[in-house]
Amino acid sequence: MATTIDTIYTIWLREIKRFLKSKSRILGTGGQPLIWLAIVGVGFGSAIGVLAGGVSYITFMAPGIIGMTILFSSIFAGINVIYDKQFGFMKEILVAPVSRVGIVLGKIAGSATVSLISAITVLVIVILVGIIPVSSLTVAGLIEAVVFMVLTAAIFVSVGLVIATSINNMEGFQVIINFFILPLFFLSGALFPLTDAPLWMKAVSAVDPLRYGVDGMRGALIGTAAASYPLALDFVIILGVAVVLIAVADFAFRRMQAK
Amino acid sequence: MDQPDGKYSIVVEHLVKKFGSFTAVNDVSFKVKEGEIFGLLGPNGAGKTTTISILSTIVNLTSGKASIYGRDVVHEKDAVRNLIGIVFQDPSLDDELTGRENLDIHARLYGVKGKAKLEAIDRVLKLVELDDKANIQVRAYSGGMKRRLEIARGFIHDPKVLFLDEPTIGLDPQTRRKIWDYILHLNEREKVTIILTTHYMEEADELCDRIAIIDHGKIIKVDTSEKLKDSLGGDVIKIGTNKPKELVALVKKKKIAVSAMEHDGTVEITAKDGSKALPRIIEFAKGAKIDIEYSTLKRPTLEDVFISLTGKEIRDEQASGADQMKQKWRARGR
Repeated sequence: MATTIDTIYTIWLREIKRFLKSKSRILGTGGQPLIWLAIVGVGFGSAIGVLAGGVSYITFMAPGIIGMTILFSSIFAGINVIYDKQFGFMKEILVAPVSRVGIVLGKIAGSATVSLISAITVLVIVILVGIIPVSSLTVAGLIEAVVFMVLTAAIFVSVGLVIATSINNMEGFQVIINFFILPLFFLSGALFPLTDAPLWMKAVSAVDPLRYGVDGMRGALIGTAAASYPLALDFVIILGVAVVLIAVADFAFRRMQAK
Repeated sequence: MDQPDGKYSIVVEHLVKKFGSFTAVNDVSFKVKEGEIFGLLGPNGAGKTTTISILSTIVNLTSGKASIYGRDVVHEKDAVRNLIGIVFQDPSLDDELTGRENLDIHARLYGVKGKAKLEAIDRVLKLVELDDKANIQVRAYSGGMKRRLEIARGFIHDPKVLFLDEPTIGLDPQTRRKIWDYILHLNEREKVTIILTTHYMEEADELCDRIAIIDHGKIIKVDTSEKLKDSLGGDVIKIGTNKPKELVALVKKKKIAVSAMEHDGTVEITAKDGSKALPRIIEFAKGAKIDIEYSTLKRPTLEDVFISLTGKEIRDEQASGADQMKQKWRARGR
């Protein structure tokens, strides 16, 4: 019998193969964030100028756009689950003698890897074009940033999976995701600092997991002066949320099977 | 129990499945012998797929018991999953991947590794004659090729029992014949027990050692195709004649047939061995100066059996409607 590790690897491998075969997905995930940076970053940047801590707007925004890349590509991983349900491949997986948690972890690992590839691509580009100055980078900071990327991806892939398990068509999934995704994005502090935001907005953004992901990346890549919270706090929160949501995704998958 | 379970690969006892207030499977019991091809024959909606889904651990049963080689399908799911291969009614391939990649993923999920994996993949590809198409994306396959790949896939991990849910639905006659050959080959050469569902009479007739006729969630009768047909009393002979009444009386007097009657000027005779009975009837008729205008001999079909057991045809119109939908579904690319 296949071990849980075999299962995770197999499901992961399938996600990666599918991703590599889909050229439009590869281009889309890398292209969209760069358009945001070029238009919003440059546009707002020229209006806002330099932020507190001496950081330019576009530099401030870059980790936010990496966060956005992860949010968008991760949460739409749920679409793969709906695909698999509609086109029958889910049955092939569910009837295999493998541990259920292996299937879920494989799905999360596969989709999170795809998100991570996109996020790192964006990171490399913003460093190459000088949006994030090399002077502010450290090896430790880069490693920390990748850890935040992985955990953020795990969170939103799990959210996508949970929603996908209870919905059977693409349209329904799109509607629900579109409802959540913009507030999650705008309230994360990806585009503007929340330091001077009204209290209600601060309160709502405090429960947005992306906020801690973006804040952690900002701290790790640009320096703690640009971040709202200490890096350790960001890390503990985002790790906790990731663990809980992976567990919820596992539960949701088992329930889907029992039907 | 009349025989020890070891002789049976599948034992189903008083199986019930309810979806809300609808009872899809209603107290079904049967046993499948090791190495046989066992068919569930019935119209769409009779409960065939539900039964298969329960046996393959995809759907939980409401009550009753079912086991595969003594392993309970509810409590020993992983053990059962290891013993079985399944070809679903609806396609279940990853269209984005190649045929070989689909098989590779399947092998990995069933713990077939390394050299054994490569050998198994090559072996099953050859078996269904897809070895030259293995590296093409599945979305470019025809419906028949997809079906063949699925059968190959169901067989990679050497299952002891292979489930085939409507294996040839929506396929053209030539492809269907080919798939029948693969199925018979698997059963004979690889000694795998096969349980298949179908609403095609000729498919059940061609493939199955024993057939369970199922309708409205209940099994009506289980037997070999021959015995099911024999249960109707024999072959049906129809004779056109100028003196039907005299012929009926003659046949009855000579005790050639099980029954004889006049029906719209034609004489309908049921006889045990029709091909021998017919020339004798003609001979007696000549002797009695009864003119015979024409005669037909028909072996009863499973369709006749189905009609006599359920009082209706297998609802072919509905079936073909569903087929069309299936075909559309299959034709849809990703």
